[in-house]
Amino acid sequence: MVEADGLVVDDPSRGLFRVDRRVMTAPSVLDAEMERVFGRCWLYVGHESEVTEPGEYRRRVVAGRSVIFVRGSDGQVRVLHNSCPHRGAIVCRADEGVATSFQCFYHAWTFGTDGTLRGVPGAQSYPDGFDQQERSLVPVARVGSYRGFWFMCLDPDAEPLEEYLAEACELLDVIVDQSPSGRLRVVPGRQSYTIRANWKLLAENSYDSYHGTPTHHTYFSYLQATGGTSDHGDLKRRGAARPLGNGHACIEYTAPWGKPVARWVPTFGERAREEMAAVRAQLHDQHGTERGTRITDTMRNMVIFPNLVVNDITALTVRTFQPTGPDTMSVDAWALAPVEEEGAALHRRLQSFLEILGPAGFATPDDAEALESCQIGFASGGVTHNDISKGYGTTERDGELQMRSWWREWHHRMTGRPRQALGDPATPEERTHDAIAS
Amino acid sequence: MPSPAELDRMVLSHRVEAFVHHELSLIDDWRLDDWRELLTDDAVYTIPSTDRQGDTTTELGLVDDDRTRLHWRVERLKSARAHREYPWSRVRHYATNFLLVEATDEEIVAQVNVILYRYRYEQTDPFLGSIRYHLVDLPGEGLRIKARHARIDQQRLAPNGAVSVIF
Repeated sequence: MVEADGLVVDDPSRGLFRVDRRVMTAPSVLDAEMERVFGRCWLYVGHESEVTEPGEYRRRVVAGRSVIFVRGSDGQVRVLHNSCPHRGAIVCRADEGVATSFQCFYHAWTFGTDGTLRGVPGAQSYPDGFDQQERSLVPVARVGSYRGFWFMCLDPDAEPLEEYLAEACELLDVIVDQSPSGRLRVVPGRQSYTIRANWKLLAENSYDSYHGTPTHHTYFSYLQATGGTSDHGDLKRRGAARPLGNGHACIEYTAPWGKPVARWVPTFGERAREEMAAVRAQLHDQHGTERGTRITDTMRNMVIFPNLVVNDITALTVRTFQPTGPDTMSVDAWALAPVEEEGAALHRRLQSFLEILGPAGFATPDDAEALESCQIGFASGGVTHNDISKGYGTTERDGELQMRSWWREWHHRMTGRPRQALGDPATPEERTHDAIAS
Repeated sequence: MPSPAELDRMVLSHRVEAFVHHELSLIDDWRLDDWRELLTDDAVYTIPSTDRQGDTTTELGLVDDDRTRLHWRVERLKSARAHREYPWSRVRHYATNFLLVEATDEEIVAQVNVILYRYRYEQTDPFLGSIRYHLVDLPGEGLRIKARHARIDQQRLAPNGAVSVIF
């Protein structure tokens, strides 16, 4: 058994931050994470646009548990443990659909879309006082939503969702407000893949600005060569990392590439130019120039602790990942779009997504390679700790503040010790105001 | 005796199947410049999402390349900085169940089932699926690919999560 205490070494006197590599390899650490992190944190389940009509559902796996994310016939969204209270079989086997009921195929117990047990064949054989209600599908302890993002929590005593999300709410607001009506939708089609690496490496990678240039050289070359950048191919980025509380953090920056909502670059095509300018003007009108510019031009990569990524860059993606072992994870990613967007604009967004992201994008395979390479490297031994000290005490975009925020929360959750930011800017209020686009 | 029309179709079928085998062998041998020569100027290459296998213009897929992006997909794979494929993995396509779906003067449609094995870092990973080709027969040039619509059967890409070579 690896003791969680001492696995994260935070030393402000020397500006050093190190993480013991056993947290990436030890089965006992994963067991503890399932209980202390996945068993207690709010975890992303799905988006409201996936369950719009009564009975609409998605079968999902969250924290290794099969669950049904469903809008009941009463209109209420629930997350139900996908297991028949009788003998255990899963009652929802299709990936998605619209149901009037869920029936366990094993003994044909039937449940309403709200989980209530409705029918038991041969019910007369059960003793008097056999309570059907007690044998309904069991809802996950807590569910909650913020701006269309639905979360579940296995801990009945967890803090309310908005309190948990802390300053991440403000970032989600900016992201959702790229829709003039304030409504996003998940575009149909999910990217589901695996990476042979510890799940925590993907949290780090998703907002690691430092790796961009060396790891994604080919993607940036492609952007420069094909008109994917403004400013004559200059790849300069300006911005900062920002802790958002409770282990959530982001980087926000300006970059020369496009944003499908309203930041035009030549690859989007001349025909898109006017259309995107109109959306841009509308958003700037609606939100004022400062916030409008933040919505239309500023890029942001955010990780909501522990395993939700919302990246608002050349595409808007929501990505969640689950450990399947100490050295493997499964990843699910979707594209989000303003509900108003369709036709050519939607296709542009999807193209912009696929250029960089996903199993066959021009960047994601190299991220997967980096993570798998680290995992192979950990087994080599000789080195005991990863170093995450870059930019200690600063909010440098190319530093590692965002990852340190994540690891401090992990340490707090795993050990029960108080949250401490030590040498880094701890809260959004204390951050140094670095240049973000205005 | 087959009719002349049937004979023509048999000859075409044989020719198209040989073309598909040649095309896949160029990918396996990493002769990607030669492979690119088999594409028309308006060629497209798609792989839809593995859950819905829908239309990549309205749904998120895995690949939705036009000719420009195909050009750069090849350039990328030739670079020592496409880390997933440097050094190059060993790949081998197995194409079976050949079907000549349709043949008109304008277009030939053919389909094969495919297993792609990729070997790297002590791991042998299969990718299962099919490819539907839309071909044109250009005078003086021969068969060329106008559209290459692949599908992957694994709903979750596993055990290998990256389609880093041309499926």
